[in-house]
Amino acid sequence: MQLVLEKRAERSTGIALVSPLIAIALTLVTMSILFAILGKNPIAALGVYFIDPLTDSYSLQEIAVKATPLVMIAIGLSLCYLANAWNIGAEGQFLMGAVAGSWLAVKTQGTDAGHWVLPAMLLLGAIAGALYALIPALCKVRFGASEILTSLMLVYVADLLLDYLVRGPWRDPKGFNFPTTAEFDPVATVPVLIEGGRLHFGSIIALAVVAAGAVLLGRTIKGFEIRVVGAAPRAARFGGFNANQLVLVTFAISGALAGLAGIIEVAGPIGHLQPGISPGYGFTAIIVAFLGRLNPVGILIAGLFLALTFIGGEQAQIAMKIPLDVTKVFQGILLFYVLACDSLILYRFRFISASPKVQSGAH
Amino acid sequence: MLSVLAASTPLLLAATGELVTERAGVLNLGVEGMMIVGAACGFGGAWLSGSIIIGALCGIVAGILMSLIFALMTLGLAVNQVATGLALTILGIGLSGLIGARFVGEKITPAPHLHIPGLSDIPLVGRILFGEDGFVYLSLALIVAVWYVLYRTRPGLILRACGDNHVSAHALGYPVLRIRMYAVMFGGACAGLAGAYLPLAYTPFFIPGMTAGRGWIALALVVFASWRPGRLVAGAYLFGAVTILQLHAQGAGLGVPSQLMSALPYLATVIVLVLISRARSGGSTAPAALGTVFVPDR
Amino acid sequence: MSDLSPAALNPGAVPLLRTVGLTKRYGSFLANDKVDIDIWPQQIHALLGENGAGKSTLVKTIYGLIQPSEGKMHWQGQPMVLSGPSEARAHGIGMVFQHFSLFDNLTVAENVALGLDGAESFKDVSARLEQVSRTYGLPLDPKREVWQLSVGERQRIEIVRALMQDPKFLILDEPTAVLTPQEADQLFIVLERLKEEGRAILYISHKLEEVKRLCDTATILRGGKKVATCNPKAETAASLARMMVGGEIKKVKAAASRQIGVPRLVVNDLSLLPDDPHGVRLEHISFELRGGEILGIAGVAGNGQDELFAALSGERLSKDPLTVVIDGQSAGHLSITQRRKLGAAFVPEERLGHGTAPRMRLSENALLTGHAASNMVQHGFVNTAATLKTVDRATETFDVRKAKRDPEAASLSGGNLQKFIVGREILRQPGVLVVNQPTWGVDAGAAAVIRQALLDLAARGAAVLVTSQDLDELAEITDRIAVMFHGHLSVPLPTAEASREKLGLLMGGSSIEPTTEAPHAARA
Repeated sequence: MQLVLEKRAERSTGIALVSPLIAIALTLVTMSILFAILGKNPIAALGVYFIDPLTDSYSLQEIAVKATPLVMIAIGLSLCYLANAWNIGAEGQFLMGAVAGSWLAVKTQGTDAGHWVLPAMLLLGAIAGALYALIPALCKVRFGASEILTSLMLVYVADLLLDYLVRGPWRDPKGFNFPTTAEFDPVATVPVLIEGGRLHFGSIIALAVVAAGAVLLGRTIKGFEIRVVGAAPRAARFGGFNANQLVLVTFAISGALAGLAGIIEVAGPIGHLQPGISPGYGFTAIIVAFLGRLNPVGILIAGLFLALTFIGGEQAQIAMKIPLDVTKVFQGILLFYVLACDSLILYRFRFISASPKVQSGAH
Repeated sequence: MLSVLAASTPLLLAATGELVTERAGVLNLGVEGMMIVGAACGFGGAWLSGSIIIGALCGIVAGILMSLIFALMTLGLAVNQVATGLALTILGIGLSGLIGARFVGEKITPAPHLHIPGLSDIPLVGRILFGEDGFVYLSLALIVAVWYVLYRTRPGLILRACGDNHVSAHALGYPVLRIRMYAVMFGGACAGLAGAYLPLAYTPFFIPGMTAGRGWIALALVVFASWRPGRLVAGAYLFGAVTILQLHAQGAGLGVPSQLMSALPYLATVIVLVLISRARSGGSTAPAALGTVFVPDR
Repeated sequence: MSDLSPAALNPGAVPLLRTVGLTKRYGSFLANDKVDIDIWPQQIHALLGENGAGKSTLVKTIYGLIQPSEGKMHWQGQPMVLSGPSEARAHGIGMVFQHFSLFDNLTVAENVALGLDGAESFKDVSARLEQVSRTYGLPLDPKREVWQLSVGERQRIEIVRALMQDPKFLILDEPTAVLTPQEADQLFIVLERLKEEGRAILYISHKLEEVKRLCDTATILRGGKKVATCNPKAETAASLARMMVGGEIKKVKAAASRQIGVPRLVVNDLSLLPDDPHGVRLEHISFELRGGEILGIAGVAGNGQDELFAALSGERLSKDPLTVVIDGQSAGHLSITQRRKLGAAFVPEERLGHGTAPRMRLSENALLTGHAASNMVQHGFVNTAATLKTVDRATETFDVRKAKRDPEAASLSGGNLQKFIVGREILRQPGVLVVNQPTWGVDAGAAAVIRQALLDLAARGAAVLVTSQDLDELAEITDRIAVMFHGHLSVPLPTAEASREKLGLLMGGSSIEPTTEAPHAARA
């Protein structure tokens, strides 16, 4: 038996809709096997992972909190990937946004600075993220250096910079030598939406980003430009669109969104700058972008789903002693199935016998 | 003391595998993922068996298995190679954490350094040329072998042909997808071994994430080397030297933040990529079919 | 049709190759439908048919590249099942592909070695290569890399590579499509010689005069089926064409009198380095094209036609604005969008991936070029209704056949997609139309529609520039013809005075007066 791909005359819209669901179903089956190998009851484990977090208000809010950076970053990444520009350094742009915004929080600490601080921090975060993303974009456009490798390398650099700052110049003098800044002042903190809860204003911003992304891609000529440059670069050039310029634009937008997500995370749920502010949001957002089919609404749903796996993973570790790495494995496997199922949109799979089949023709 | 040669060896091994993969026209960005799984499995194998060789073999097998997932996706199902490579890295980091969790904190006896009486005792040169562990010499033998096969044998010619134009290779009757699968598997074996080298010889213990971006640097090295084996050796040793240099600089306490020194290899990668791409602007030396999907019609 | 086949003359003889009911199915589509064909030694057998008639599928099956869905092949009377091309070569079947199966970055010798199956050493291959190329008068330098060679030289590699296997049966897929008339004549000498040596040749072409001159037998395919086997020398080009198309071909009609107006497209001393290192450099190109006029550019592929198209369209900019003047406006420095706003329109050679984004819908492909100058975009937002209207109008005016209102570009047949692309541009009522290979790979019906559309556009006062490798097409619709060679453009000749011989010499790089043979190589 041999697997053969047959190109479809047209992309299948039906399969485009169900393929993420097939991918999730296959992932759940694979995960059940993995749980069984780890000696855990698969049904119970899946329950803890995917059902329990949906049953109490704290976890539901926490899902929204985790989904906020994932969705914001993934929207930006989807623009890049649609335009065939491979920004995989969102994690670094996220950290740089957090660092730049925190600078203002640290500098205004204890002063009587007014309510302009938080908006200014968010702006700084977005600008820093955009500028940091423009480094690989410029290297690509000006010199032809692979943006994949340079954007990824800069993640390590951003990580080390943050580490240096919180261990050195910005360390909280009253922090018992922990590598962290002091808690941000209230004017430098993203407000919560529900008194005493976790849900914060950043989630509203994320929803606005989703809406803006949907309008941009679906209704505007710029959105068409992004899609056509990625889908058929030569045709796009013939259409009068400049691919290099678009690399800069999409990297800047995605960097800005990642940076904004970074400062929101630090000024919101965390409240201070410290190492390890991201459990890999910038990388998980890549999965979110693909699982959401590079479509803003799809990304919103996918972001909530992957946020669920973060929360479920934490609960599974506490309740069933399932290692946290299982969550990463889950995310990796999910991305594989998503990509494999996407192949069905363009191709039909057929199994044929390996030897050439020759029948007698009609006479 | 960690030598430049030892620091360069994992880069050279991983880049050698990737060079062969890319010469066949496949861009596997999952080197980091294959390496880190190779490191976990390699250490596990050595710790359980007490044998460095068995550890290395476990690393190789793990790398091959990882690469087969990649091959199934990109060659079998015609999935985008960039996205699949990223997925492989994400999966690999998770898997290595899962596999390696029980080995964290354990120690093994690292791979012995060869000692050739007389030769190894020559001042300065002797220690460097004749006193390293076996993997160092294996990696050098491997790159020579790769050069020979690529440029002096018929299988090498066919492999390069697949990387240049898969449509032509198919039209002449070469099984493009199968040849590419072998190249991907070779890349996986090399990456797995490169990963295993870290806990088996470089530092005799396993920690999660210990590859620390070496897989990505190996990818950059292939670009730096313009897909030529000879330059790959030069590039790998240059990066090994940067790694050792920054370690020494940190040890010497020059008053420079240690984080800046740690960032040097990554910054160097960016700078080298820019310089090399700029020098080549106009004509690329990359295999013409690199990263493109091939679906034969039948 | 009188049956002059060797079987009829010589009952009891066994053909070299016989296919019986050969069928190839792709889903519900029948690419080949029960094709029977006999190939005899020492014969040149033509395989005729329109684009999409199933010629390529048939020869790929015979060469082992495609497995038939049904049917049998017999080689010298014995059943033959091929699992791949190397088995076909082992039987003595050689193939020269239309889109060459070469490797640009490998040397000539390496390319040849890849086409041979034996365990011959590389040195022996190089030696034998030189010997074979000398024997047949097909000179080649084994050490050069393919990308440095002209199209004619590349074809020589393919032929020499096939001959080095000493084939009993050689298949050539449209070999003269890329040659000058003189180069084609030289090829015919080689083919006649191969025939004298006792080899069988299957010759795919749609140049009917050529087939009449060269071939002993012709098999005609239409819609995947064999419709006839005949002696082409006993047929006329018109009768062969009727069999291919299955009816009369509509003749295009030029308007009785076309007004030649003011210059609308002027090119002044245009010189441009290619951005691709394998490309051709444009050298001092100048011409003037007036309203109501159709200028043809002939030439062998790869002599700078694509580069000229890019320079005229604005996909490549030139530093000097005066090099390209559209309707009196200097445009050399203007982008393609700005040139469209001046009333220019462009149709590139490659339909899928250049003229259209294959996996996008027709309405989006209407937007691709329409966004420049139309009501399709308002304040940055796309007016979807306007894009769909363009699709509907193009469909109606140019008879574009498709399964639904707004399908993906890639799902259309070549002819229908080309009609859509040409329609999309002509509906914008351009003052200048630059079109590259307007009917390449298009069925005869669609080709007639497109040529008529170009003539009508010129009749309405537009200036039309047509680049084509098909000299018959240029003779049919142009007023003047110039030839491109090595990035130079000759002085245009009135079409009536441009004989095949004159054009052929220009295409080979000679000026018209001297008759000495010029080198073929097109090196950048």
